[in-house]
Amino acid sequence: MSAGLPIGPKPRPRRFHQASWDEPIVFELSVPGARGVLPPATEPGITALVGDPAAELPPGIGRAAPPALPELSQVHVLRHYDRLSQETLGVDLNVDVGQGTCTMKYSPKVDDHLVRSPKVADTHPLQDASTVQGTLEIMWRLERMLAEISGMARVSLQPASGSAAIWANVAMIRAWHESRAEGDRRDEVITTIFSHPSNAAAAKVAGYRVITLYPDADGYPDLGALRAALSERTAALLITNPEDTGIFNPRIEEFVRVVHEVGGLCSYDQANANGILGITRARDAGFDLCHFNIHKTFSTPHACGGPGAGAVGVTAELEPFLPRPTIERDARGFFLDEDRPHSIGKVRPWYGVTPNLVRAYAWIMSLGADGLRKVAETAVLNNNYLLARVLEIRGASVPYATGRRRIEQVRYSWEQLHADTGVHTEDIAARVADFGSHYWMSHHPYVVPEPMTLEPTESYSREDLDEYAAILAEIAREAYEEPETVLTAPHRSTVHRIDHEPLDDPARWAITWRAYRRKHLGGS
Amino acid sequence: MHDGDRRVHPYIPNSVPEVRDAMLRAVGAASTEDFYADVPESIRLRRPLDLPAPLRSEAELVRHVEGLLARNTSTRDALSFLGAGCYGHHVPAVCDEIAGRGEFLTAYAGDPYEDHGRFQALFEYESMMGELLERDVVNVPTYDGFQAAATAIRMAGRISGRRRALVAASVSADKRSKVVDYVRPDVEVGLVPFDATSGTLDLAALAAALGPDVACVFVENPTFLGTVETGGPEIVRLAHAAGALAVVSVDPSTLGVLAPPAAWGADIDCGDIQPLGMHQHFGGGHGGFIATDDDPTFVMEYPSRLFGIAPTAVPGEYGFGDVAYERTSFAVREEGKEWVGTAAALWGITAGVYLALMGPQGMRELGETMMARTRYAMTRLAAIPGLRIPFAATPHAKEFVVDLSATGRTVASVAAALRERGIFLGADLSGEQPVLGQAALVAVTEVCTQTDIDRLATELAEVLA
Repeated sequence: MSAGLPIGPKPRPRRFHQASWDEPIVFELSVPGARGVLPPATEPGITALVGDPAAELPPGIGRAAPPALPELSQVHVLRHYDRLSQETLGVDLNVDVGQGTCTMKYSPKVDDHLVRSPKVADTHPLQDASTVQGTLEIMWRLERMLAEISGMARVSLQPASGSAAIWANVAMIRAWHESRAEGDRRDEVITTIFSHPSNAAAAKVAGYRVITLYPDADGYPDLGALRAALSERTAALLITNPEDTGIFNPRIEEFVRVVHEVGGLCSYDQANANGILGITRARDAGFDLCHFNIHKTFSTPHACGGPGAGAVGVTAELEPFLPRPTIERDARGFFLDEDRPHSIGKVRPWYGVTPNLVRAYAWIMSLGADGLRKVAETAVLNNNYLLARVLEIRGASVPYATGRRRIEQVRYSWEQLHADTGVHTEDIAARVADFGSHYWMSHHPYVVPEPMTLEPTESYSREDLDEYAAILAEIAREAYEEPETVLTAPHRSTVHRIDHEPLDDPARWAITWRAYRRKHLGGS
Repeated sequence: MHDGDRRVHPYIPNSVPEVRDAMLRAVGAASTEDFYADVPESIRLRRPLDLPAPLRSEAELVRHVEGLLARNTSTRDALSFLGAGCYGHHVPAVCDEIAGRGEFLTAYAGDPYEDHGRFQALFEYESMMGELLERDVVNVPTYDGFQAAATAIRMAGRISGRRRALVAASVSADKRSKVVDYVRPDVEVGLVPFDATSGTLDLAALAAALGPDVACVFVENPTFLGTVETGGPEIVRLAHAAGALAVVSVDPSTLGVLAPPAAWGADIDCGDIQPLGMHQHFGGGHGGFIATDDDPTFVMEYPSRLFGIAPTAVPGEYGFGDVAYERTSFAVREEGKEWVGTAAALWGITAGVYLALMGPQGMRELGETMMARTRYAMTRLAAIPGLRIPFAATPHAKEFVVDLSATGRTVASVAAALRERGIFLGADLSGEQPVLGQAALVAVTEVCTQTDIDRLATELAEVLA
């Protein structure tokens, strides 16, 4: 039987099914004796001279038994991981607007190709500067571009990621106050609940007491609450703007001013910068420090959760505290300056996540000033377009700042849908997988009830946004008409609903296959 | 629309003017300016960013970036003996293939449903590292070995309730810099010297420094100086006798031949996975691991994500998820353990591919080859007049110190002369370990052949002659 000609139109949303290879754990694929790759063997001439030093290691120092790694032929390693990759939904495959705050934009393939060059991949960080002038120049140029984009005096590319950059900024804040003999007295850091949790967490790691501000009734950061929290103990304000709600704080200059009045510093988490490139800058609002997530705003691939890259920008007053080394230039060319007596030191080995820095440089060079502004404007247009589409869906709402536009993302609420149907936002997340896309709720705690955070970026077409809205509309329809479909999702994903309870039980959790065998298969 | 800029950019689908206009109409906006109503005029940038003119075509972009990079000399162009924490091991083609898969490369933080493969690959990474280390618990990678060391020491501080860490003075100055600044709210770092003859930890100095306030002893194996820490079991015994934990940073590429810290009775392992299938990337290829036994007291102190295996609604189906998520900053902000965020997951997946390719026999052979060639290089260089191998009697894994002091030359000048001949000598230690004199740290991985080592010895002798 066939459906006949002409072939009917495609139904919407699409009839997706995720790859589901039912793939065993790699250890279950092991065939004793099989080899995946062969390392070079020692030359006879070497053995003749030095013997086998590994065999001569003293007991307790040499390894007694070989590691119980799996043994696979090469093609089976490749096939196993290719299958697992197919069971993973990257930006390359989906309308990835559902991972709000993550800025899931297109990572241009040409940039990936550029960094595969041995001139990047096979260079060592201790090579003499004369042999890596190309990379140093790219990093030097990228620093200056980010300084211009943020308005800051100087940038370091050393931090490994956004949170590591937050840490670097907190460490500089701490060092700055210590340099003024105020380190002991200034022991409090203020942040907001809609700023990334790493702001609060990194401040705590640095030894600060953390004060978290909640929004006012309109969802804006509460200036009154900030004033009440400020004192001579204030070391800094760490704040995102726009916050994770997508709302831009219109009083941001006043926030900065009142913190400065008590002698505190202001650090701008620019993880959400994608909608304001070329529109407004951290320094113009008075900030002393800021950071960018290179893997978000500047397009480098998210890599399943890193490597990303971070950049920190500071005013001239804070420049001496930047991580060492800095990249400098003199008549002989570019060089690394380790002689930075006030530096907080290293926050990471070497100088940064080089391949991502090269990618980011190439990305900015492909866009220029007008292109970056077009990125921002399009991300914001896409976001407000999707906002209009989502608000057409029964049970969805947008808390706070009623009637105001949003910048690059929106935190929505399914409170009404939940009240009507009993379906939670987590159930919707599981069901979105059945339509070949992602969906994210919110950081914790859920200040917005039944939250959903969407960030469309500039990388999606109107049709893409319509498709994502149609997926949500279909799931909302199901919630009202056939809630079991949503409550038991996923149905067309790689696997079915997971029982998370053992993951919180020390007697049953298993973080490695050997722990699983020991706890659940009676193995040793 | 902004300045009437109607140009279409390939990376921005909705830069098509007609589409933009239609979308603006659909949301009732006159222009994108409407969306920025909350941005005060006082902080609006009313000029274009001062950036270089863009390269309009992909061809021009490639020409420009490759033109800059052409000024680099890679470790394939030269013969490199640089290591010191970043190593030029062979990267199997399958590692590059998997790390380059668009599915893995461009995924991020999805749920265990739509990203099942990412969860399984990272669980398998944890599991294979667990076999290498003989540990039941390994984290989803943190940023790098520096961060892993710093976090491991803070974990030890929290677990022991003590405030001092004894760290081997042979640890690199850069790693010490990171660790000291990171741990200082909780833990004060004291240094324990290395023995001048063996290049391993001075056990008498350790015994003297230990006390009831010591949270942990931190050593590396191999040490930064390349020596195998043959005092390992005794270091652990001394630490435990003082009620302190033993934290050991280990180079995983050596674990086919070296006993893992667990065999010494150590408490927390840490290190860097760059040697397991990552290119050097000018220092951009690092990822950090932390490993312990499956003791909840330890598990609950990890900041990292820990992926565990879990049942699904279907028999025979593996599911995955976060173990003890409530300990993380994602769950409880500053009440969590340190913080967690984007770090080095793809390098974790790649290291898993590497270990699956190598298997037990491959890791053994890798270690044997590196040890033999390193010893061979030590022997060849020791025969050159004026050169001294200070820790020659101690086993070495993949790196060794050579002292040039008796030649009257600096490491910098000798390295410069060798560079002219297309050879990168090892790291210059004279700045950070002046006690060693004009010393260089020479790395010999499995890609350095006997011919390469012979060439180094010959040209070094010529340069010094």
